[in-house]
Amino acid sequence: MTKADTPLLEIENLTVEFDTASGNLKAVDGVSLSVHEREVLAIVGESGSGKSVSMLAVMGLLPWTARVTADALRFQGRDISNLTSSERRKLVGKDVAMIFQEPIASLNPCFTVGFQIDETLREHTKLNKRERRDRTIELFEAVGLPNPEDRLSAYPHQMSGGQCQRVMIAMAIACDPKLLIADEPTTALDVTIQKQILDLLVDLQAEKNMGMIMITHDMGVVAETADRVIVKYKGRKMEEADVLSLFENPQNSYTKALLSALPENATGDRLPTVTDLTFEQQANPEASA
Amino acid sequence: MTNISNTADTEKLTDAQERRRTRNRMLREFWFYFSENRGAVIGMWIFLALVLLAVLAPVIAPHAPNIQYRDALLVPPVWQDGGSWNYILGTDAVGRDMLSRLIYGSQFSLFIGVVVVAIALTTGVTIGLIAGYFRGPVDTVIMRVMDIILAFPSLLLALVLVAILGPGLLNAMIAIAIVQQPHYVRLTRAAVMAEKNRDYVTAARVAGSGNLRLMFKTILPNCTAPLIVQAALSFSTAILDAAALGFLGMGAQPPTPEWGTMLAEAREFILRAWWVVTFPGIAILVTVLAINLMGDGLRDALDPKLKRS
Amino acid sequence: MSEIVLETRNVTRDYSIGGGLFSKQKTVHALKGIDLKLEKGKTLAVVGESGCGKSTLARIITMIDAPTSGEVLIDGQPVDITAGPLSSEMRRKVQIVFQNPYGSLNPRQKIGDVLMEPLNIDGSVPVSERRERAMGMLEKIGLLPEHFNRYPHMFSGGQRQRIAIARALMLNPQLLVLDEPVSALDLSVQAQVLNLLADLQDEFSLTYVFISHDLSVVRYIADEVMVMYFGEAVEYGTRDEVFSNPQHNYTKTLFAATPRADVESIKKRLAAKVA
Repeated sequence: MTKADTPLLEIENLTVEFDTASGNLKAVDGVSLSVHEREVLAIVGESGSGKSVSMLAVMGLLPWTARVTADALRFQGRDISNLTSSERRKLVGKDVAMIFQEPIASLNPCFTVGFQIDETLREHTKLNKRERRDRTIELFEAVGLPNPEDRLSAYPHQMSGGQCQRVMIAMAIACDPKLLIADEPTTALDVTIQKQILDLLVDLQAEKNMGMIMITHDMGVVAETADRVIVKYKGRKMEEADVLSLFENPQNSYTKALLSALPENATGDRLPTVTDLTFEQQANPEASA
Repeated sequence: MTNISNTADTEKLTDAQERRRTRNRMLREFWFYFSENRGAVIGMWIFLALVLLAVLAPVIAPHAPNIQYRDALLVPPVWQDGGSWNYILGTDAVGRDMLSRLIYGSQFSLFIGVVVVAIALTTGVTIGLIAGYFRGPVDTVIMRVMDIILAFPSLLLALVLVAILGPGLLNAMIAIAIVQQPHYVRLTRAAVMAEKNRDYVTAARVAGSGNLRLMFKTILPNCTAPLIVQAALSFSTAILDAAALGFLGMGAQPPTPEWGTMLAEAREFILRAWWVVTFPGIAILVTVLAINLMGDGLRDALDPKLKRS
Repeated sequence: MSEIVLETRNVTRDYSIGGGLFSKQKTVHALKGIDLKLEKGKTLAVVGESGCGKSTLARIITMIDAPTSGEVLIDGQPVDITAGPLSSEMRRKVQIVFQNPYGSLNPRQKIGDVLMEPLNIDGSVPVSERRERAMGMLEKIGLLPEHFNRYPHMFSGGQRQRIAIARALMLNPQLLVLDEPVSALDLSVQAQVLNLLADLQDEFSLTYVFISHDLSVVRYIADEVMVMYFGEAVEYGTRDEVFSNPQHNYTKTLFAATPRADVESIKKRLAAKVA
């Protein structure tokens, strides 16, 4: 097998369970996926479909109440299911980076954004103080923050949501990760800002040859960014296809229902609602009996 | 979510059944989170035992609390030389049975806790609700007064109040309640301020609710979780403070078998008869510890921020 | 011309912030003179990004806040909430539905009480009928009678939003202000709620002020569209006018930024990527 064929991230049969007051909850149920270099994989699903949880599980970021099992978790062909926490820390943040939905909440309000990026660089690189500062400015330029030198000493609350998300992206790409996981990166942002951030992410991804996983609930975001799409429902994978064939010719009834519920696809007076329940059975084979 | 639709399909429930179901479900959820905290469960059992002891004191206690057995002064506990099964935990300097006095003492401790918390809670919550709801100058005045009360060392303030009101158990309870009530005011005010801007409050206002209705029917029921926790914790503080006042001679007056007062009476025998001091001390310690543990568990179960689901 | 349910004349709203011990008081102009007229049975969509003043406008129309200057007319009658409490008749005319279905229902109130509360406060409906009315409304929004005694946390987001809509309708209002009613909902649930709103509008000839940032939803539901930008209405007209021929630069930017989920634009994007 050549290096190019080895997927960046490979997950086989991942299951995540939680214990709650109302019993056992399977948030992710036997999901397999893989991402290659230079590829944008979108995971799309509604709330409760387990789309974020599966990625958090891979990153080892779930609380201790979660039980994670998988047949295989490989990063660049290397098994990462049994990493110690220090090995995992080395991987997360350097080779795999993640950005989250709430940009303002993801930054520590007590420190300047310059300091927070500096911290990441100190953790994962051998640059000295001067070099780290230059690198930070360079990163701010790369993510399109105006006046990068002044921004170093700005606190998160002095910036808008869009600017904070740019800082988060700068932090994520600080160590040239091979894989960038974006968990609803634009959901909290306005439409015009969303456009800018999505463009930025796609440009950076192409420029740095990263793999990217875009977790979202928004079909529009999928259409604007993805190469390949996985549709999830209630913890299960319903459909996997490249983006064009998914929109042109969806195979799964859930995907079809989802696409027809988009208001821009409305033809009549009322929106078609989800009445075909075959996908419900697919997600829940035992319960359908 | 799924079981809502399931039950809806399968059976039609009457109102009463439905209500019982809802309540059972909430209780189950409460117990799930509460029982995760082992210490809290132990604390709860100790507390329940204590309540039982207090209620059944006349049945359980081998002697009346104030009868003085003149022929049995300072008898040691049963396992020491000279001890007797008649007085399991020994007797005090005037020949009263320690065990019986401790059992009756639990009545006073629980009584103090309940009364103090009730007074502090009702006044504190009302004042806090007013401050948090109306804000502005009303809020400023109330909170500055509360700051002043909080600036006094609490026991000192209680002492001063008892000195003004005169010593005695009732006055001691009032004093302790006044000292504790600012905590409730602050807690309620913070909770009300957070809830006041929630959409459901605005919706109720748009539906035409007046201020009183909004304050007491809409907002207050949603502020109860932190208040219950605070009530549990200040229950133990109240017992402790009452014991301290009793020890200083400003609380319950002899011969009342109140634990703090018992300690005070036993002070001079501390070297000759260890049991007259140790047992009331242990009783206070265990009670306070049990209630605090239980309060911790309540917080785990009631604080929505700590809930994981 | 049919009757005008809502009219605002040059409504402005200023907020003062700061003004503490050490900071100078600053005035923020959240609304800078909004004029609008809305006919009975129509839907006006107010579009804009966060901070453009659309929620402030909603609060003024709902008679929660008073405008700094200008006039609000509901059903032809001028409204002034600073003069004293509103009559219950006036209060009844406008109701609101909020964005977040998790915050808009009192967690300690059963659904039945949520629905009956407006009737209890209003008092014009006899006690014996209140329960029946609430039950009827419950069925109208697609829930079951046994949901009457459940608490809000036992429902999903979409169901809660239906309940919030039902509560708003209990007093038979003429005007419903919908403040981003579907933006917190999943796509499939969003479709159901939008359909419900359309059904209810037909049945009760309701007038909607629909506040949203989602242009695809607006295009689907609105008769008239107002685009707001920093407290000003930069674009105001019928849906077709605004969507086919936007005048203001901001409106054009907004349209360009909206993600497109049609096959054509995906093809275009992929082609551009290869090149």
